[in-house]
Amino acid sequence: MKIDFTHNQSAHCENGVVSNLLNYKGLSLSEPMVFGIASGLFFINIPFLKVNYAPAFSYRPMPGFIFSRVSKRLGFKIERVKFSSKEKAQQILDQELKKNNPVGLQVGVYNLPYFPDEYRFHFNAHNLVVYGKEGDSYLVSDPVMPAVTRLTEKELEKVRFAKGALAPKGHIYYPVSIPENLDLKKAILKGIKQTCKDMLAPVPFVGVKGIHLVARKIRKWPKKVGVKKTNHYLGQLVRMQEEIGTGGGGFRFIYAAFLQEASVILENEALAELSKELTAIGDKWRDFAVDASRLYKNRSKETDAYNKIADKLEHIGNEEKAFYLKLRKAIH
Amino acid sequence: MKKEEVPQDESCFSNTTMKEVVYAVDKEGNYNKALSSGWEAKTIVLDKSLELLEERLKDTIINIKNGKQSPIAYYMELHRMDIPTLASYVEMWQWRVKRHLKSKQFKKLNEKTLKKYAAVFEITLTDLKNPKF
Repeated sequence: MKIDFTHNQSAHCENGVVSNLLNYKGLSLSEPMVFGIASGLFFINIPFLKVNYAPAFSYRPMPGFIFSRVSKRLGFKIERVKFSSKEKAQQILDQELKKNNPVGLQVGVYNLPYFPDEYRFHFNAHNLVVYGKEGDSYLVSDPVMPAVTRLTEKELEKVRFAKGALAPKGHIYYPVSIPENLDLKKAILKGIKQTCKDMLAPVPFVGVKGIHLVARKIRKWPKKVGVKKTNHYLGQLVRMQEEIGTGGGGFRFIYAAFLQEASVILENEALAELSKELTAIGDKWRDFAVDASRLYKNRSKETDAYNKIADKLEHIGNEEKAFYLKLRKAIH
Repeated sequence: MKKEEVPQDESCFSNTTMKEVVYAVDKEGNYNKALSSGWEAKTIVLDKSLELLEERLKDTIINIKNGKQSPIAYYMELHRMDIPTLASYVEMWQWRVKRHLKSKQFKKLNEKTLKKYAAVFEITLTDLKNPKF
């Protein structure tokens, strides 16, 4: 049994699954469009939460938010089920496939056999689509992979029931009842508004303020926790920024692509200009990553080197602040 | 990022068919998907974080040989887990798992508890008691 499903490789797994599932249902939305409507751009530093022995940074909102927001803003419904029983989880999956319904699944990355070893961590918010079953193997469309692949019943069960933070619990989801008349313009405006609000939020560890907070911390780390830990913390920041799925530059390039698309749909020339501006900011994030990684590699002992990259990050924060203020004006 | 600037460096994808999607602008200034085989800056930080895991594993082996830590600590590090993750897999409280990482407590464990750990690590009880480093 095989559903006629088109696999499109994308940068980010959740955008990709949403975009591919909606395409199947006849609603053609690009990955950047999904990302933009869902206000996928974000920055947060959760100081009291440690991931992989370093502070938690994220350039995106909580997993699952993207699909929920897209559905809310475009007015369709999502069916979501989680399971406590593995048998039941497989039963429901098989049932949906028999109904010719490709489904999204939340899975853990650690036991995905087709991922290179370097990428196998206990990260449980990966997403993929299952679009068929042949014998005891499922046909899998993982949006970050160049082509479709397969997982056996056993392998799929293992990743669906990975444990730890954000455990998927067999989470299965798919869109139902897509309305014929979608108000794309309204959804885009809503998405942009929320991104401006999030990134300019008056919360010390969120958005632009969060970026400035991290810049201040980088200055203090070498003295406070030592050079070795500082490098590890910086490494974590760079990894989150450039991790597979970000499309480069901490999602800034995907968002710039969205603004370019939005400027055509909304007939708003200012958004095309802002897209260029954000591309330039994304390039600065890339420069920052290069500097931070070199610092890590060469184990520089001078604190001045850390002050220099902190300056860079502070500068990025300033530019982003000006950018979101302009973006907010552009859609009023 | 310009299309011609999309990095094509060596990375862990080099021996696979995998490539990563990034977004870049072409000569006319239009955004499109582009494929990247890897980026040096990224590879450096990824390698460094794997090095750190290696180091932790080595330290754990030394601690086990010194009779401080139990083999569970070794298998936990080997599977790139931390205490909360392991506790979730064996369905026990974190403080219990933390105790089981100590050699002294490990020796007192009953078979039922040991089997839980062995099942999660997918090894036999003998391997759990006598890890081959």
